[in-house]
Amino acid sequence: MSMTGLDYAKYAIFIWPAVAVTAAVLAWMVTDSLLRARYWQKKVQALEAERARPGAKPAP
Amino acid sequence: MFQALANPQRFMAFSRWAAPLLAVIAAGLLSWGLWLSFSAPEDYQQGATVRLMFIHVPAAYMAMFCYACLGAASLMGLVFRHVLADAAARACAPLGAGFTALALITGMLWGRPMWGTWWVWDARVTSVLVLFLFYIGYMALQAAIDDETRATRASGILALVGLINLPIVKFSVDWWNTLHQPASVFRKGGPSLPPEFLWPLGVMALAYMALFGALWLVRIRAEVWRKRAQSLALQAAG
Repeated sequence: MSMTGLDYAKYAIFIWPAVAVTAAVLAWMVTDSLLRARYWQKKVQALEAERARPGAKPAP
Repeated sequence: MFQALANPQRFMAFSRWAAPLLAVIAAGLLSWGLWLSFSAPEDYQQGATVRLMFIHVPAAYMAMFCYACLGAASLMGLVFRHVLADAAARACAPLGAGFTALALITGMLWGRPMWGTWWVWDARVTSVLVLFLFYIGYMALQAAIDDETRATRASGILALVGLINLPIVKFSVDWWNTLHQPASVFRKGGPSLPPEFLWPLGVMALAYMALFGALWLVRIRAEVWRKRAQSLALQAAG
């Protein structure tokens, strides 16, 4: 079956859920990784800004 | 190269451009691989379900490859006590668990029409389930122990124990009589697949590999920042 006819007849019920699950898992991996990296990067920036503030406790 | 990247600053400089580059490569390969997958002819035995092979088999490869990376990073972390090796191991586990879950679920969706059952307790399927449980156990152990040094050591040992399962997964179809078909790509005498199936499979496998590379780097960067944040918070408190 070519790209012009994606019905896959009796197997569509297995093929499309597999594609959907794959898309969902890959999307979760990408989103979770990016959000996690952004969260900790912002946290570090905030803590460094706090430390650089006049009157803040100097680094040991 | 590994020695150069063991320096966190050098790693951060390297991963800053390497992760987006790998992501672009992954997106390109994924688009190409999906096009090849959906335009491939139907198999004379499997019919249209052969398309499931192009997302299932690369996920299974990645499940094993990620675990090999997890084991290698854990070994480096345990032997050299290197912070980046621990971060690499920690960052690898959720990605490996994701690929293993994908391999199991897409395998079930292929098994139902081809084998007539969603699940069989044969050697290959069971050993991949055990692999998934090792990933879950690794992450659970990390989360369960408050002291991060002890948690990293305990989960690292578990990761090394789990390496025993990798050859079992790979050779299970040769060692035991299983319902799962034997190797058709990495085998003596070369691949047994025709080019119209080998190409989409190969391109999708490379796409998954590039995606893993990009996400692994992003997650290691997150781990480096997390450690830095912990250290800054401790300094601020003390």
